[in-house]
Amino acid sequence: MTFLPWTSRYRRARRGVFTCVKVALGNEVKIAVMFQIRIHGRGGQGVVSAAEMLSVAAFLEGRFAQAFPSFGSERMGAPVMAFCRIDDKAIRLREPVLEPSALIIQDSTLLHQVDLFNGLPPGGFVMINSKRSIDEIGLGGFARGVQHYRLCALPATELALKHVGRSVPNVPLLGGLAAVTGVIKLPSLVAAIRQKFPAALAEKNVAAATEAFDIASRAKESIDA
Amino acid sequence: MLKQTEGSHAVAEAIALCRPQVICAYPITPQTHIVEGLGEMVKAGELTAEFINVESEFAALSVAIGSSAAGARTYTATSSQGLLFMAEAVYNAAGLGLPIVMTIGNRAIGAPINIWNDHSDSMSMRDAGWIQLFAETNQEALDLHIQAFRLAEELSCPVMVCMDGFILTHAYDRVDIPTQQQVDAFLPPYEPRQILDPNDPVSIGAMVGPEAFTEVRYLSHHKQLRALTLIPKLAADFRVQFGRDSGGLIRTYRTEGAETIVVALGSVNGTIQEVVDEMRADGALIGSVSICSFRPFPLAVLREALKHAKRVVVLEKCLAVGLGGIVSDGVRKSLSGIALNGYTVIAGLGGRAITRSSLRRLFEDAQRDELEQVTFLDLNADLVSHELEREAATRRTGPTAEALLRRIGTVASGIG
Repeated sequence: MTFLPWTSRYRRARRGVFTCVKVALGNEVKIAVMFQIRIHGRGGQGVVSAAEMLSVAAFLEGRFAQAFPSFGSERMGAPVMAFCRIDDKAIRLREPVLEPSALIIQDSTLLHQVDLFNGLPPGGFVMINSKRSIDEIGLGGFARGVQHYRLCALPATELALKHVGRSVPNVPLLGGLAAVTGVIKLPSLVAAIRQKFPAALAEKNVAAATEAFDIASRAKESIDA
Repeated sequence: MLKQTEGSHAVAEAIALCRPQVICAYPITPQTHIVEGLGEMVKAGELTAEFINVESEFAALSVAIGSSAAGARTYTATSSQGLLFMAEAVYNAAGLGLPIVMTIGNRAIGAPINIWNDHSDSMSMRDAGWIQLFAETNQEALDLHIQAFRLAEELSCPVMVCMDGFILTHAYDRVDIPTQQQVDAFLPPYEPRQILDPNDPVSIGAMVGPEAFTEVRYLSHHKQLRALTLIPKLAADFRVQFGRDSGGLIRTYRTEGAETIVVALGSVNGTIQEVVDEMRADGALIGSVSICSFRPFPLAVLREALKHAKRVVVLEKCLAVGLGGIVSDGVRKSLSGIALNGYTVIAGLGGRAITRSSLRRLFEDAQRDELEQVTFLDLNADLVSHELEREAATRRTGPTAEALLRRIGTVASGIG
């Protein structure tokens, strides 16, 4: 098994606002099969809306998508989940996403409360909302222990505050997901955002998603380099 | 037009295309988004209908009965306790032969209170005289409503369209929303068989004694038997007009040569079909049947679909406490005189996820005929036996539900 000299890249990535750890080469996630995303967050953070926008973006690319919430009695602050599946054929499966191709963690405090990484296979992506590095949020050990997957931290709350004026990290994280996984393209995400929000609010969210996409793309390039 | 939208919203759009004249509803999860959507359309002037806010579900269906008797195309929707609260009016609407269409966003019934999906609510009203159609997907939910108005009005009989709460109502999926012209071509304006008209007064709702009550009931049974012919005909007409298969009595999936056939209602059929494909790829002779029309119950076509199987597994999202399965009873009746193994599986109660892996294990056990007559899928046996031991040891054990929750700790964030 060939390992990247990840430590030096990890340190380099830590210097930026975006940190991204690529633990090992190989086992690239193939988008040809069904891509499944599980989003964890708290009530009020737009978890369900994020899954919906993701499904709309995929739909706009002519693909099949299914988004659904974790069916809880949602309330502000409570742990909430939503799911999205993207495929090239109609999706019949109705179980929750048990083996996510990508995880989005909108609130890093959930790390201590919820079994977030349950079912994440080798090769899976993780996007965490944090301005801190992977090590600083306590996932350094996890990153070293699990091979063949990518772990990214993005300051989504800060980007949302900057562009939207509210601490709703969902849209920037979708921008990051688009950059890192390529499962949806930025223009489709932008179109989905414009469908979801009234014009003025939509443009603020588009700005947040676009900046997140750029940050994540640059970080990915630096790590892939 | 293809659209990526929420199931509830797709249904609201379908209802609007059916040109309802009166919509009355009382909010209850998980049905609420449907009537909210319709309310918004009426307010925005996109839909011309009377939207009547009522004070309860009992009032919602009572208003629906009144408006339907006055000759208006009438729609309402509910779930769970809401359906129970309108129970008396549910029977009345059917007994009076009023072609109301009602969506059920299927949800469990308390206690313990539970907002999640199973089929206990609509099953509780299965013998009230309404036709009950179960949707497998959001596209089918949308399509069934268009068929439901025509079915209801041709027979003068109310129709429930049942769609799995949350799993369908809250899922964003791709749906094809038909045009107004297409729906108008399929669904003619409502021509009532009976109408409250001051210029031609009649009584509706007479008291009927023993001299004719049986005959009234026989005629409602007869009406449902006619629906057994009409439902496939409407599905065929629908196919001509809209170019896709939706509705009908049952749908078979890979049942050719199948030794094991799984029977189920609603959205779980999608997951079952995935497992059937996996197992077929491994050489297993397995198929499935989705029942769309639960009332009337399609005895003859079901018999035809199942008669060559060695075993039938009926997967039910509702428990007949003290008996087992409700759908199983009908399936068994359809197979009268045919010797095969029949199994009832209770699954997905109160929103428990029905997963591929659990279904695969279950179907493999069935293939070996190692299932009990009644199986509870993914039952936490340790939890149950601990509680039974506790109850045996102590008199004042307190409430069961709370004791179970204490035992397992918080699972609010559990996956699946």
